[in-house]
Amino acid sequence: MRIQISGARLLDPASQFDQTCDIFIEGGKIAALGDKPSGFSVEQLIDARGLIAIPGLVDINASLREPGYGRKGTIASETRAAAAGGVTSLCCTPFTKPVLDTPAVAELILDQARDHGAARVYPLGAFTQGLAGDNLAELVTLRDAGCVAFTNGLVPFANNRLLRHALEYAATFDLTVIFQPQDRDLAEGGIAHEGAAASFRGLGGIPETAETVALSRDLLLVEQSGVRAHFSQITTARGARLIAKAQQRGLPVTADVAMYQLILTDEALLDFSSLYHVQPPLRSLEDREGLREAVRSGVISAIASHHQPHEVDAKQDPFAATEPGISSIELLLPLAMSLVQEGVLDLPAAIERLTSGPARAMRLGAGSLSIGARADLVLFDPDGQTVAGDNWLSRGGNCPFIGHCLPGRVRYTMLNGRISFRQD
Amino acid sequence: MTPACPLQLNDHGRLRHFLSLDGLPRELLTEILDTADSFLEVGARAVKKVPLMRGMTVCNVFFENSTRTRTTFELAAKRLSADVITLNVSTSSTSKGETLTDTLRTLEAMAADMFVMRHADSGAAHFVAEHVSPNVAIINGGDGRHAHPTQGMLDMLTIRRHKGDFSQLKVAIVGDILHSRVARSNMIALKTLGCPDIRVIAPKTLLPVGLEQYGVNVYHNIEQGLKDVDVVIMLRLQRERMRSGLLPSESEFYRLFGLSEQRVALAHPEAIVMHPGPINRGVEIDSSVADSPRAMILNQVTYGIAVRMAVLSMTMSGQNEQRQLDAEKSAQQEAR
Repeated sequence: MRIQISGARLLDPASQFDQTCDIFIEGGKIAALGDKPSGFSVEQLIDARGLIAIPGLVDINASLREPGYGRKGTIASETRAAAAGGVTSLCCTPFTKPVLDTPAVAELILDQARDHGAARVYPLGAFTQGLAGDNLAELVTLRDAGCVAFTNGLVPFANNRLLRHALEYAATFDLTVIFQPQDRDLAEGGIAHEGAAASFRGLGGIPETAETVALSRDLLLVEQSGVRAHFSQITTARGARLIAKAQQRGLPVTADVAMYQLILTDEALLDFSSLYHVQPPLRSLEDREGLREAVRSGVISAIASHHQPHEVDAKQDPFAATEPGISSIELLLPLAMSLVQEGVLDLPAAIERLTSGPARAMRLGAGSLSIGARADLVLFDPDGQTVAGDNWLSRGGNCPFIGHCLPGRVRYTMLNGRISFRQD
Repeated sequence: MTPACPLQLNDHGRLRHFLSLDGLPRELLTEILDTADSFLEVGARAVKKVPLMRGMTVCNVFFENSTRTRTTFELAAKRLSADVITLNVSTSSTSKGETLTDTLRTLEAMAADMFVMRHADSGAAHFVAEHVSPNVAIINGGDGRHAHPTQGMLDMLTIRRHKGDFSQLKVAIVGDILHSRVARSNMIALKTLGCPDIRVIAPKTLLPVGLEQYGVNVYHNIEQGLKDVDVVIMLRLQRERMRSGLLPSESEFYRLFGLSEQRVALAHPEAIVMHPGPINRGVEIDSSVADSPRAMILNQVTYGIAVRMAVLSMTMSGQNEQRQLDAEKSAQQEAR
């Protein structure tokens, strides 16, 4: 299929390209930008005047729930939701049943994604067998099966010696390790940020130090082992400053933040709504400001959805008894536009943190729109609106933004030159 | 931080649930106290019943153990002529895997008009009022660390009956504030009723963050904290606080924060001593203080029945009023 996208403003932060120009696609790849190549006969013409063309978003942390949690989501349902949010590439978490700690599970996920997926899926492997925090998973075998990085989620290692050895082993093979720093003991009994809001509601607190103590330890071990490390879902201002200092020292560390952490704070807890129950928790206004600053400066180079869809029952209980997580991948671009509208980020920076920034952190060949690259792209209307919840595709309705009118509207999402999502 | 809680008020600003003291205006708290005062007379009569809730079914649902709260709620409902059933759910359905929602819907199907609920999770009563049974009145009998609003009101009744005007009082709350729903409800009630000097006395390990939002003064030294106070509210210290490393031992706690006669002597000569019970003699309070005339611990139990009668009857009438308002509204809509 030969496609001409005509009249769009092409914004590619990776190459700092930002001007109106036509895009020509052939064989799933960008064939040309600007002038039509000679002999290019257009089979499909997309009139994109007034729209902005950007690389497809790269979401480096989304739980697709398959295999094992079909009531919450499937690869088919959640990648369709992803496409609606402008996502063309995503990293799926290993918190499945069974856990993604064997090549068989990785292959199952990749097969499903190939057959039914509306986005490119890169699995994250379990760092330890069964995510138990002791015996290492077969990391190199998993890498060869397609895992791009390894994480133990919020489950800590049994002790620092095992963690040290795990990092050294990963460093031997230049594997990327993902940390979600949270000290288990300091967080114990907590379900919300330890602050005035949780205290007033009698909700057990997770102190800021649960993150910063673990993060400090992790950074020292990263330095010792030389492993390539990515810190995922940072929630505290001080955590972001610790990462900035490590980067200044020359450590190979990157970081991401959940999109909702840049928008929500612990003030949302006041009516006990389980929609705001997330792990790690929503933090204070000062933390949110610190995270926003770190995203602006590039210390945090990626914004991820941290999409966690749930069935209705999982959220139907008193706050503490509910399962944590927000389903938000299909709002990724409109939520980013709300940050742009609010003046938190300028448009090129927002798009960079959702495309080439995360792609670099996970070393994915994605997130840029140069000639010869795969035609993974989004056409969106910056002046349009998205009513969150209309035509909801995710199996998880656990999204506090549902009902909100957000700025920006995804019109086309293209994966490999094919339309994976389209709306007027 | 005082967001109104419209969930517990009907369209006319009357109680339809009783979930938390947060967001309730002073006039409403005063009305509860006035109503409870009038019910105290009922309790003193030979025939202790009034027919305010005749034909109504009150369901006591306790997901957590309780003796005095459960029995005083039961008595309060019976003195209002309601039919009462009490379920200790901690030992029944939920251990069979039934969800909270399903347990309460089952009870709702038995045409209960009111649930009195205690649950270990903060926000459980809010959850039920919002999601399970909007047309059944929900009375919070204690939810996690969050609120114990009837205890808060019976403490206020005790203070008002023995000390009078809140605007002249110094009140100290001593002990495990962090884990205490009683302390949270008391701090809110005292502030709403205009108490100018609310003190909390505890080591840092037993104080929650964000205390400034309650407008209280924090003391780590009980001798300083008790100076000239009119009311001392002692809190129960649970054994597990030692196990989780918040305190070295019961005896050191008693040495530093226990209420002895010498320490009570630092308070105002007419000061009263309160405790939500059950008390730990020799841990947070000395027997000589607990058994002294200034101790209000047993009066609190008596007042607790009157306060619960007030809350049950006011909430029931607010809930009935709302049902009528809703019926009128839907009739109007149909007429259109």
